[in-house]
Amino acid sequence: MTQPTLSVHDLACVRGDRLLFKGMNFQVEAGELLLVQGGNGQGKTSLLRLLTGLSTPEAGEVCWRGDSIRRQQETYHREMMYLGHANGIKDDLNPVENLRFAAGLQGCAFDENQAIATLRNQGLSRCLDLPCRVLSFGQRRRVALSALLLAGALLWILDEPLTGLDIHAVALMEGLIRTHLAAGGLAVATTHQAFNLEGMPVRRLLVGNVAIPELA
Amino acid sequence: MAEPSMHRFLLAVLRRDLTLAARRRGDWLIAQFFFVMVASLFPLGVGPEPEMLARIGPGVLWVAATLASLLSLSRLFADDHRDGSLEHMVLSPEPTVLLVLGKSLAHWLIYGIPLLLIAPILGLQFNLTWAAILTLEISLLLGTPILSLLGSVGAALTLGLRGGGVLLTLLILPLYVPALIFGAGAVDGVMAGTGAEAHLSLLGAFLVLSLLISPWIAAAALRVSLE
Repeated sequence: MTQPTLSVHDLACVRGDRLLFKGMNFQVEAGELLLVQGGNGQGKTSLLRLLTGLSTPEAGEVCWRGDSIRRQQETYHREMMYLGHANGIKDDLNPVENLRFAAGLQGCAFDENQAIATLRNQGLSRCLDLPCRVLSFGQRRRVALSALLLAGALLWILDEPLTGLDIHAVALMEGLIRTHLAAGGLAVATTHQAFNLEGMPVRRLLVGNVAIPELA
Repeated sequence: MAEPSMHRFLLAVLRRDLTLAARRRGDWLIAQFFFVMVASLFPLGVGPEPEMLARIGPGVLWVAATLASLLSLSRLFADDHRDGSLEHMVLSPEPTVLLVLGKSLAHWLIYGIPLLLIAPILGLQFNLTWAAILTLEISLLLGTPILSLLGSVGAALTLGLRGGGVLLTLLILPLYVPALIFGAGAVDGVMAGTGAEAHLSLLGAFLVLSLLISPWIAAAALRVSLE
């Protein structure tokens, strides 16, 4: 199989009748993180949705392993996990049930012990049998991150993964991304928060034309 | 390799929706109560003559079943859309068509089957004969899956729109007309002594047609709505 590479060729995005960007080119290799930066409303989320295949580009194409993602949706969706603004967890289910259904929908095997261990690592040991409705915003975000970890995908597409997380969880998330990249994974993330990325192979991409101050 | 994984995915969608429905019994009961209420208002409105009630009974029960299923349809995808899980499901490796099929099937099990159980009691209230009630049951058994399948198209098209619920009703009710005509017609046929086979066969054909076509249309509509 060809190298796991995510590449974008001459991508253009239009929302409504506004051109957000055009002629965008970049490539992310195995073990790399692409940090998408830009002000509010510059098209970061739109770019990420294009990368997942949820929306169709106005021009250009997104390629995974050298071939357009449109032509290999099944393979691509098996190897890619997306975490958007909404967590995608059900309020009426407890964290473990949420992870079980997430695994079922992804078509991967579910190991309850592993799921519980992951949730414990995320600091959710006291919430395992509570419905997610009563969890705080940050705790729900942690459940969503656990689902991301359990899916074992090669490519992570994360839209503001740090929103609502406390300092410990941010450090945990940084560690998770490090491990993921060290294991040959790829990640694309947007964030407004400072990210401790020392020693990680990071590419930066500025979306839109408004320059923002460099993050840590 | 592909077959069992599709099978598992369909089962996962079904099990998920059934579990969620079991957790929120209030939502589930509303549609059934609505069915009973609408069907019970007619005898109060048109008067208690048994001949008149038996005459309008099949039509009223079918219209009430149609409206009750519409009531729950606007939330078929809306809840999952709001908390982001719909995006996750669409991004799963399995085709979106299967997702739609699974959700329509779950909708039928949750909202259609209870209608089948309540309908005979309401049939008695309308002075229908046992033969007519049996035919009503068969026609609802064939007809309620049509309501869920066609409804999924409307729910996908109106996803995320303001006032989507009303729009959904306007879009989908005309599509329900054939099911309504053949379904109520089958019961009328039995009561008039002309038999129900023709109506039931057409209803069955309509079910097969909607089973074959509507998941594809709904899947396409869903992708457009999520853009």
